Amino acid sequence: MLSYTLNHLDQLESEAIFVLREAAAQFEKPVLLFSGGKDSIVMTHLAKKAFWPAKLPFPLMHVDTGHNFPETIVYRDSLVSQMGAKLVVASVQESIDSGKAVEEKGPNASRNALQTITLLDAIEKHGFDACFGGARRDEEKARAKERFFSHRDEFGQWDPKNQRPELWNLFNGRKLPGEHFRVFPLSNWTEMDVWQYIKKEELDLPSLYFSHRRPVIRRAGVILAATEFITLQSGENPEELQIRFRTIGDATCTGAVESAAASLDEIIQEVAASRSTERGTRADDKRSETAMEDRKRQGYF
Amino acid sequence: MTPDANYLDMDLLRFTTAGSVDDGKSTLIGRLLYDSKAIFEDQLEAVRRVSETRGDHEVDLALLTDGLKAEREQGITIDVAYRYFATPKRKFIIADTPGHIQYTRNMVTGASTANLAIILVDARHGVIEQTCRHAFIANLLRIQQVVLCVNKMDLVDYRQESFEEIVKSFSDFASRFDSIVNIEFIPISALNGDNVVHKSNNMPWYQGPSLLYHLEHVFIGSDANHVDARFPVQYVIRPQTQEFHDFRGYAGRVAGGVFKPGDEVKVLPSGFSTKVKEIVTADGALEEAFHPHSVTVTLEDDLDISRGDMIVKPNNPPEVGQDIEAMVCWFSEKPLAARGKYVLRHTSKEVKALVREVRYKVNINTLHKIEDDLELRLNDIGRISLRASSPLFYDSYKRNRLTGSFILIDEFTNETVATGMIV
Repeated sequence: MLSYTLNHLDQLESEAIFVLREAAAQFEKPVLLFSGGKDSIVMTHLAKKAFWPAKLPFPLMHVDTGHNFPETIVYRDSLVSQMGAKLVVASVQESIDSGKAVEEKGPNASRNALQTITLLDAIEKHGFDACFGGARRDEEKARAKERFFSHRDEFGQWDPKNQRPELWNLFNGRKLPGEHFRVFPLSNWTEMDVWQYIKKEELDLPSLYFSHRRPVIRRAGVILAATEFITLQSGENPEELQIRFRTIGDATCTGAVESAAASLDEIIQEVAASRSTERGTRADDKRSETAMEDRKRQGYF
Repeated sequence: MTPDANYLDMDLLRFTTAGSVDDGKSTLIGRLLYDSKAIFEDQLEAVRRVSETRGDHEVDLALLTDGLKAEREQGITIDVAYRYFATPKRKFIIADTPGHIQYTRNMVTGASTANLAIILVDARHGVIEQTCRHAFIANLLRIQQVVLCVNKMDLVDYRQESFEEIVKSFSDFASRFDSIVNIEFIPISALNGDNVVHKSNNMPWYQGPSLLYHLEHVFIGSDANHVDARFPVQYVIRPQTQEFHDFRGYAGRVAGGVFKPGDEVKVLPSGFSTKVKEIVTADGALEEAFHPHSVTVTLEDDLDISRGDMIVKPNNPPEVGQDIEAMVCWFSEKPLAARGKYVLRHTSKEVKALVREVRYKVNINTLHKIEDDLELRLNDIGRISLRASSPLFYDSYKRNRLTGSFILIDEFTNETVATGMIV
């Protein structure tokens, strides 16, 4: 007789698929936020499975800071055409051009925080009432308190002290006009689970995740790619290192790690042995002790 | 954690931790995470920085779990926080529930998805009112496995008598709880690490396992109901493409029992009978599906089925009815209104419900019934009867946690105001 249990990856997959379907049923116009990072790639894959053999019942949306690694965009476009999915691009550059967002100044200027403005604008413009995000509770301490169905008020704000309790598999997605939800199917996954799942499902990833040589600079303990979007400060000289990225986001705040891991197995070994979190490489989280909570309250991912 | 060829075959244990203020719960969790290497250097460094700024003498491990600004400022835990760690045997999800503010609400929430509850007792104080409350909630939420950790053994000189006394008084008290199948008693010192991850040399008289060893090996296979077939339809999949022109699949998560192709099934509420044609997944058809599988079921006959319907087996159908008796826990600052109307969410179904009567409340510290004050307020637990606007397909919560549970939602604020377990 078979024993009626699923291993942890199958349980996590089943849970994520349940959450995706539940949101698709409860909301009128959901959208899947796609950054080109591994978590959103896993999410897209899970969404494909959840509604198979039908196509995704919602579009993907990329909030584009304009400061992309070219590899991300190549990957994004090929995935979208492969899946026959619809892609919405919300551009931070357009928010800046129209005066809705103001570019930060100074050497550490980043468009990371501006994404919130563009995101909330796009939600309103398209009338999205739920946005799937790939955030995980193990990533960051403010995210540890997130719900699967996370309520946002009419200003897109998160109120961590006043969240709806979530019991069993009952999710309350009721809302007033103008409000929306963020939905996080990967809440219970860890970085390790994501990598193991990518290996098990044989998912393709942007080459940025694998070891390669690249000119970089070191700034405040973070290794940043020396791209055209970075203004070099005096004394900063790009050096070429063997690196890979543990997370992928805006090129101005996504830090790299020195690594020789060139395959999924090697990455899994590296993650297992790593003594720092993947967000430890993010310059955007280092701005203050509660940088993530502060941004999330405003409506960030 | 070392990478392991078995990683793909690890199982998952969800547990909740309960303790009253200063029982050392955060220290215990910090210890489990730290000793199992689930805390990273940058996290520890951040905590160390904050501890120093505050002028603490030691690194406050509680800061690892209390991430919100208000929590750090006030030194309290606001909400259920979920923590993750893994050993080569199992992956663990901890629902860490704060002991003071909204204690019942948080504990009930954390317990609803847990396979196991850790209850902490201070070795110096023994079984106190809060211990009873924690055990009552674990039992009410039908957690079968309880671990009673007698903490701060170092402060009673690791004396066996102190431990035995607590074992006896908790056992006497817990004998009335019928959902708890097994209680493991473990003497520990979270601060020093005695019997948390490694067996302690300070208590040679203790023959049992360390806490982590127990968490890695405890049997949790009997939590789900694999007898009564229940498949709440969550979403209807109709591709309407050339290739899948006539495909009509019912997507959902098995809530009980086992479904196989060829099984005779009945669809509620219509009552039509048909057979399972296929159990479809993107990875190919399955030979059988059971909880917690998320699958898509196709049927032999073309029936009118939508979200909120339930596919069951004709020989053991669920109860079908509009009049429900339930234990509820009240979550809202606004008390239950007399003959209050709410939105009720049960499996994939949403109906209106009218609370007809509060039968009694429970004093969860003494377990006595309260019959002279029937207003359900924040954190109150009581028994109610309600009437749903259309029939629910349900089991008692004791029989099935998923088809026996519901939440009540305020129609106007959309707040989740209560949770219910059908009697």
